[in-house]
Formats: sequence, structure tokens, C-alpha cells
Amino acid sequence: MATVEFPLESTLAVQSNGKATKNKVTMIVCSGDMDKVMAAYIIATGAAASGMEVTMFFTFWGLKAIQKSGSLTGKGLFGRMLGVMNRGGLDAIGPSRLNMGGMGRWMFKLMMKEKGVASLPELYDMAVELGVKMMPCQMSMDVMEIDPKLFKENVTGPVGVAAMLEEATESKFTLFI
Amino acid sequence: MTNQTSALVLDLKGLLCPMPIVKMAKAIKDVSVGETIEAYATDPGVMADIPAWCRTTGNELVTLEKLDKQFHFIVRRLK
Repeated sequence: MATVEFPLESTLAVQSNGKATKNKVTMIVCSGDMDKVMAAYIIATGAAASGMEVTMFFTFWGLKAIQKSGSLTGKGLFGRMLGVMNRGGLDAIGPSRLNMGGMGRWMFKLMMKEKGVASLPELYDMAVELGVKMMPCQMSMDVMEIDPKLFKENVTGPVGVAAMLEEATESKFTLFI
Repeated sequence: MTNQTSALVLDLKGLLCPMPIVKMAKAIKDVSVGETIEAYATDPGVMADIPAWCRTTGNELVTLEKLDKQFHFIVRRLK
């Protein structure tokens, strides 16, 4: 049986458009749960601290992770309902399991503080300081009626899937959270 | 080795993942190439994370040891 030899280095290090892959990670944050957003910011800060370029693309529930605290979203009836029932901001999001109307969120925050784990706002600030790029998804913003003014200062202008794919194509790996 | 004075001594005690490597990443910029950073931490995760961080960033792990209830390590900036 003939073996086919792949020039591993060249196939792995070059993208389809011929450009070299960067030392970079792209993350798609689709979840707005405290646990998943926390994982996303920990990986992002860890990668940035390890010398990697990091891009985070926030879509759907993930947009809650880049909203200013206490910001109310929505224009029409449904949009406003969504804004009230799913408050954005890192202080307002709860764990994906056992939230129990906010009790779970309160308990986790307390337990993490006791152990000295960095809080979500601290992790966010750290990510900004380390130069992590944060991009919001335009389509989800339209659907959920989220004004870009309600995002934190370091978030870029709204982008689409092609912009995210361009970032992912030049990355070493891409995560969907 | 350890009797050489480090350019910077970091107190990472009480910090949990990812803060030890985040602090290291910031501190490494404050020392010159060839100089060392000495640090103390309490998170057992540093036993795996500091060597990994040194490998990915291309810096030298001079020493990493578990003391009584804390971890002590020295990293030399190589680039």
C-alpha cells in the first residue's frame, strides 16, 4: 500500500488564501450564562497573556457579556420584554444551571469571591488591558434590538459572519462557546 | 542559581487561574532580557501552568518548587 506524504508544515501553517496563519485564537461567544462567559474570558486572558492575538465575536445571548451594567435594551414591545427579562451586563448574568431566580448567581459570586477567583468585570478589564479584540454581531443586535451605545467602550463596531470568518481563517484555532 | 538576585519579586499568593500567568505576562515586560522574575503563589495550578506559559512564550523556567504551603518559581526573560 502506497503511503501519501503530506507536507505537514506547509499545509498547517498556510491558510487557503496563501497567507500565513498568525499566533492567534478566535472565539465565538454565543452563550450569555455566567459559567460559559467566565470560561470565555479566562481562555481569552490566558491566551493573550501567553502572547497570542485574541478576537472574541459575540453573538445572540453572548451580547449580554459586553453590555454595560444596567442597560435596558429593546424598542418594540417584544424587544423591551426581552430586555427586561434578560438583563445584560456582567453583574446580571446567571449560571446556566441552578440559577433559581438569581439565588444561584448570588451564591456563585460569593463562593468565587471567598476563593479569590477574579470576578467577571475584573476578567473583562484584564482582557481589555491585554488587547483582546471584541466584536458584536450585527444581525443579533438587530433581532434583539440592542443599541450599540449600550456596549462597553472597548467593543468594536458591529460586524457580520464574513468578518468573523476572516479572523478565524488566520487563527491557529477557533472556539465556539 | 537561586542566590542570584532577581530583578523583580512578585507576590501571586491568593490568586487563581488565570491571574498568575496574566500577572507574569505583565511583569515580564518590566524586566530586561536575561533578567529573572521570582514569584510566590498559592494556586497549585501554577505547577502545570507556569511551565506551559514559559514554553508558549519562549521564556526560561529556572526553577519551580513546592514549599510548605506555597509555590516558588523563577523565570528568566529570554526575548
